Amino acid sequence: MNALDSVILRTTTRLLLPVLAFFSIVVLLRGHNEPGGGFIGGLIAASGVALYAIAHGPDRARRLIGPDPRWWLGLGLTLGITSAIPGLLSGAGFFAGLWVSAQLPALGTLKLGTPIWFDAGVYVVVAASMLAMIFRLQEH
Amino acid sequence: MTAALLSLPLLIPLTAAAACAAMWARPRAQAGVCLGAALATLAASVALTAQVLRLGPIAAQAGAWPAPFGITLVADTLSCVMLLINSGVLAAAALHGLGSVDRPRASGGHHALTLTLAAGVSGAFLTGDIFNMYVWYEVMLLSSFVLVTLGSTRRQLEGGLAYLTLNLIASGLFLAGVGVLYGLTGTVNMADLALKLPAADRPQLVTAVGAVILTAFAIKAAAAPLYFWLPASYDTCPPVVAALMAGVLSKVGVYSIIRASSLFLGQEAAVFQWLLALSGLTMVLGVFGAAVAVEIRRVLAFHSVSQIGYMLMGFAVAMLAARTRPESQPVAELALAGAILFMVHHAAVKTNLFLISGVVLRARGTTRLAQLGGLCHTHPLTAGLFFVTAMSLAGVPLLSGFIAKLALVRAGVQAGQDAIVAVSLFVSLLTLYSMSKVWDQAFWKAPAAPPTKRMHFSGDPATADRDTALMLVPIGLLAGLALLIGLWPSPALDLCRRAAQEVLRPALYVGTVLGQDPTTEPAQAPTPPEEPL
Repeated sequence: MNALDSVILRTTTRLLLPVLAFFSIVVLLRGHNEPGGGFIGGLIAASGVALYAIAHGPDRARRLIGPDPRWWLGLGLTLGITSAIPGLLSGAGFFAGLWVSAQLPALGTLKLGTPIWFDAGVYVVVAASMLAMIFRLQEH
Repeated sequence: MTAALLSLPLLIPLTAAAACAAMWARPRAQAGVCLGAALATLAASVALTAQVLRLGPIAAQAGAWPAPFGITLVADTLSCVMLLINSGVLAAAALHGLGSVDRPRASGGHHALTLTLAAGVSGAFLTGDIFNMYVWYEVMLLSSFVLVTLGSTRRQLEGGLAYLTLNLIASGLFLAGVGVLYGLTGTVNMADLALKLPAADRPQLVTAVGAVILTAFAIKAAAAPLYFWLPASYDTCPPVVAALMAGVLSKVGVYSIIRASSLFLGQEAAVFQWLLALSGLTMVLGVFGAAVAVEIRRVLAFHSVSQIGYMLMGFAVAMLAARTRPESQPVAELALAGAILFMVHHAAVKTNLFLISGVVLRARGTTRLAQLGGLCHTHPLTAGLFFVTAMSLAGVPLLSGFIAKLALVRAGVQAGQDAIVAVSLFVSLLTLYSMSKVWDQAFWKAPAAPPTKRMHFSGDPATADRDTALMLVPIGLLAGLALLIGLWPSPALDLCRRAAQEVLRPALYVGTVLGQDPTTEPAQAPTPPEEPL
């Protein structure tokens, strides 16, 4: 396929892909109060998979992410839209930010809310649409 | 309850678009989801309209951030009429799509993009925030650009690029204008702008930013002189896409002009003098283009330009009457009601004509007038429906176009704008000419040549009869609507008149957004808007 046949690239990809995946999640989670968020996190995740696609070809990269990027796009959109619903149902308002907090032993307080839910949707949409484009370009 | 009603016209198409994307490998299921979502959106729009008619304008603050800091969703009667247009056209296109959208097109994302386009349009009609409106414009532009170029033939890409380029320029102008507005007033909430912009300390900058933003909207509405993108793109894409775009997309531009200049941009009456001149130019240039076009979809595309002129004419006459002579309020109401009714009429009729061109394309593989003929013998039902719809577009009595044009002409004469009335009547005559041309060439004359090869999106020959029958369902319904408005105009006219009254009293909108309850406000004495008259 369109893979670059390079041992160096394949080896670095094997090392970089987990790092990029982890880093993208970190960026996603810290985005609520600090620079970061779903958009940039999604780009980082997509760049990791894109690197894999350059090293091993788009076919193997497609197998890596499982379903088609369009399916992921639908999932991300669904996540984003459904984050509007709790606010609507609770009467606080369309897209209102709602939070639950839980005490975790040793780690402190865990706060989860609809903004992170929405951001996760953005993350998936951005990563999926970047990958859909990149795979298409590679295959042509 | 209010918040749910206001967000449903956005949430339904967006959720359905996500579902379509996830079902990318199953085109028939996508078509079903698209139709279901279209009907649900239509139902939600009807429910919202009923609520607004009962309570007056309603607003909800997204994310529970109070206006003017958060994004407000707000619906007055004008927004409701526009939402009804949007969901009605979406439903018609979804029904037609059951027969006319083939498998490669569907798995390319036709249904999902149709739904995101509809969501973008709903968003533009519902938002009370000018920057958010820009965002919805981008949603519309991206979805429609892909819809126009899906299939990637050379002609489609040419048309699509013309469309994208001019619309991106318009978006840039719009965004720059919003930036200046924010710099001047520190707000992008339209109701807040209505209060703060008149007090801004640099009036010449206010005039300039008004010109920039209205130019952007005029490009989006395909008003003269920058309308070239519309005929370039509408006749290269599948008819069902052209129907969607002709039905709602350019009307978003007209709606934005009405909303923005009635609230905050139109502080000088000179703006509306310009708009009036522009509307006349749009009508004339559009109809001349249609008169010389030799392809059905190109005729229809140029007519879309021409008809935008009528809508702008009604609005300009209304605002001139309201601003220069405060005692002529009823005339202003009639003119604006006429313009809004014209949008309803045009959405039904022009959508329908494009859908009919889809049937012609399916039957003959071409829409070039010279190669057509004899359709009224081979497709009598299609021919009859075309005749009713085309005569409505031309403004023949007993049909919707007549009622809308009558309101515009009466208001124009009463307001003393005789020149534009004369122009509009002349353009009506030419509209009748080019509709007769299409009737004569495509339907009436003897067939010119044996049917040519089918175009790539005209579908599978084996299912032609079933597909044509499916396509004719929405065509029949829309033709019926044109007839219904023509024969029994008072419900539609009353709705449009109420929308016009609200637009001409911006205080009601401002009060709704900024948190005064419209139900407790005395109907006769709204707080005076801070506008120089």
